[in-house]
Amino acid sequence: MRAEMNESRQIFRHGATLSPTCRTVQLPAARFPVYAWNGLTKGTNLNAGIVFRAEGIGKSYPGVRANDDVSFDVREGEIHALLGENGAGKSTLVKMIYGLVQPDDGRMELMGQPHRPSDPRAARAAGVAMVFQHFSLFDALTVAENIALGMENPPPRRDLAARITQVSTEFGLPLNPARRIVTLSAGERQRVEIIRCLLQNPKLLIMDEPTSVLTPQETELLFATLRTLAGQGRAILYISHKLEEIRSHCDRATILRGGRVVDSCDPRAHSARELAAMMVGGQMREIDRTGRSAGTVLLDLRGLTMAASSAEGTSLKDVSLSVRAGEILGIGGVAGNGQEELLAALSGESLSAPGSVTLEGRDLSRAGPEARREAGLLAAPEDRLGHAAVPDFSLSENTLLTAGGRKGLVRHGMIDRPAARRYAEAVIANFDVRTPGPGTAARALSGGNLQKFVIGREVLQAPRVLVVNQPTWGVDAGAAAAVRQSLLDLARAGAGVIVISQDLDELLELSDRFCALNEGRLSAPRPTEGLSLDEIGLMLGGAHGMEAAQA
Amino acid sequence: MIDLTTLIPALLIAATPILYAALGELVVERAGVLNLGVEGMMIVGALAGFAAAVATGSPAMGFVAAAAAGAAVSMVFALLTQFLLANQVASGLALTLFGLGLAALFGKSYEGVKAPAMMAGPMGLNWMVWIGFVAVAAIWFFLNRTRPGLILRGVGENHDAAHGLGHPVRRVRIAAIAFGGAMAGIGGAFISIAIVLQWTEGMTAGAGWIALAIVVFSNWTAPGVLAGAWLFGGVTALQLRLQAAGVAVPVQLLSMAPYLATIIVLTLISARQKFSRRAGLGAPGSLGQNFHALR
Repeated sequence: MRAEMNESRQIFRHGATLSPTCRTVQLPAARFPVYAWNGLTKGTNLNAGIVFRAEGIGKSYPGVRANDDVSFDVREGEIHALLGENGAGKSTLVKMIYGLVQPDDGRMELMGQPHRPSDPRAARAAGVAMVFQHFSLFDALTVAENIALGMENPPPRRDLAARITQVSTEFGLPLNPARRIVTLSAGERQRVEIIRCLLQNPKLLIMDEPTSVLTPQETELLFATLRTLAGQGRAILYISHKLEEIRSHCDRATILRGGRVVDSCDPRAHSARELAAMMVGGQMREIDRTGRSAGTVLLDLRGLTMAASSAEGTSLKDVSLSVRAGEILGIGGVAGNGQEELLAALSGESLSAPGSVTLEGRDLSRAGPEARREAGLLAAPEDRLGHAAVPDFSLSENTLLTAGGRKGLVRHGMIDRPAARRYAEAVIANFDVRTPGPGTAARALSGGNLQKFVIGREVLQAPRVLVVNQPTWGVDAGAAAAVRQSLLDLARAGAGVIVISQDLDELLELSDRFCALNEGRLSAPRPTEGLSLDEIGLMLGGAHGMEAAQA
Repeated sequence: MIDLTTLIPALLIAATPILYAALGELVVERAGVLNLGVEGMMIVGALAGFAAAVATGSPAMGFVAAAAAGAAVSMVFALLTQFLLANQVASGLALTLFGLGLAALFGKSYEGVKAPAMMAGPMGLNWMVWIGFVAVAAIWFFLNRTRPGLILRGVGENHDAAHGLGHPVRRVRIAAIAFGGAMAGIGGAFISIAIVLQWTEGMTAGAGWIALAIVVFSNWTAPGVLAGAWLFGGVTALQLRLQAAGVAVPVQLLSMAPYLATIIVLTLISARQKFSRRAGLGAPGSLGQNFHALR
């Protein structure tokens, strides 16, 4: 039995993609009993017991049918993907499994027993654990305290600290129980969440979009861990809309659309395009990258150095880059490595040393945002609600914030309301923003629609250079494709575009050249053509946190 | 010269009302709630405690009644902020005004009445002074060493995460608000039963605001609250004696000292914010924010 398990652990289905730094981790077998381990191969796994089953689950909110007649099951030892666009009902579904909301109809079963948890405590007691999309950690508290808060009956402090150290080391995810969360990186924070789940010895582990903040290497490490856990006979329900990830790591996929199960398949047997088509219920529009040619250099950054604006920020260190007309430059990197500072330095919110920012030969380094907009350097920050748009302003008022000067919406200090309204209407029409009209408050728009509006507001001003940070963060596939296409169209029209993003697939799809921002330093740009994920990972400083895992 | 043997007891007595009120508010704020109604709860406690002590002849019963009355008025705040999701700052200010008015209304008949005799403890000090020290240790232990205390800190640090893990955010906060009200009530009653020995309108005279300042000064720790209460108590006691001794320092300057100290501490905390967060200090993450479970 032990020997079988040891062998099974080494079967990573896509072992070839595992980076060499990932090692096979030792099982803490004594404390994590294996439930009816059936064998090593996929074939026998298919006959394995069902850990979780949902039958006809439905849930309504006022005006929305979030889930309708959802039935699926998750088997022992499998990594089961729950795939769907934003608003497809994935989150509602797992919240019901985890007891945060109660279904209106249908029934659930866990290990053959009826499962209807009234709150997360009951769900945890039944054997369900969940790693949240947005970390549910307490910044000012220590690792040990955070883990204790997620357990029903935590052992005494000293024992708990010892167990955290032991279990985390055994899984190759070392953690110091006395550290405070604020001092940890995103990857380390996720370890805390995972260890918190593992100490409960769950039968079903739910992961809600866990890789959105991880480097490729950290993602590989995560999947190695998940594979080990699945090998112990646990079931893993994995929520994501990253198709490649699901294709290479998951055993089965249940696809949700509009709250209903539309398909169930083996994701390895389908292409990403086919999966995307199932997700959105139709063909995805092919992104058109053609018709662009790199022209003269528009924007030039030379030795840009800037101190962090806040205590939590990252200072920029000797950043140099250039963007040509018709070119898209992609800047990757895990958030918090200077992205916001770089955007501020480009938009003019932060001023830099003379000569460090030039647009078409003109030194803009001491010019504020309005002067830069006049010159043709526009920016769309990451935070849509609060930074790019004022939540309680109407859309037409929001156009005034950046387009006031360039589009002549403000004359002699007076607002030209009809012009602002017309411009907002133009943005809404050109960018397919779904909203009742330009008088709607920005906060009333969904994330994807507001993002289309914010990007459209800048693009229609015909900038010379546009800088965007996380243009499709939290935006569903359809809207994301529209936003990306609009950036490509802008470049085709002869503008330079800088895309700062954490989404590597997006950067590979859009950019002509790629560079990485790591701890405030920008790597030398490389042509995107022929760049492998491993190379990108190294550029991102993907070794970050991995040395610790090796120790 | 100033006699330390009389100064220290005077300091401890002057510090006790704000110590109780600030300890209560500390627990409230660690649960993520900002209740600016401390002054109002103190004055209600002062009247209720005095009335109960006069009626029963027992100061102990007075303190019990004060705690109950303080907790009762704090439930008005709990209703407003935890169920109706009203703004905490406005609700707290309203509670202060409400408490002051309520106490003035029902206090008329107690003016001129004398309080029953004190219960003396060790060193001739009121038992409540000693219980205050025990409360500091107990609250420190509760917050840092017990599971309910950990849950309370978790609720105050990130209420969304606490809810996600299945901890009852609203129940924890209501309990904390009630505890804060009871402690403020005891603090107020100490003024009427143990210091002044009679009821006068508005007799808490801003002690509730000082208690709020002390919580910030303490950096949200129980030992810090004790230090802050002693600082205020010490300056209050010292200033009276300095005046009596005819020292040529303007009284106003001395009265300002504790507030200046608070401003300096706040500035230091904010300048070293990163450091403080890393050391787990500073204001609770969800302080003053209302919690509403989305779906």
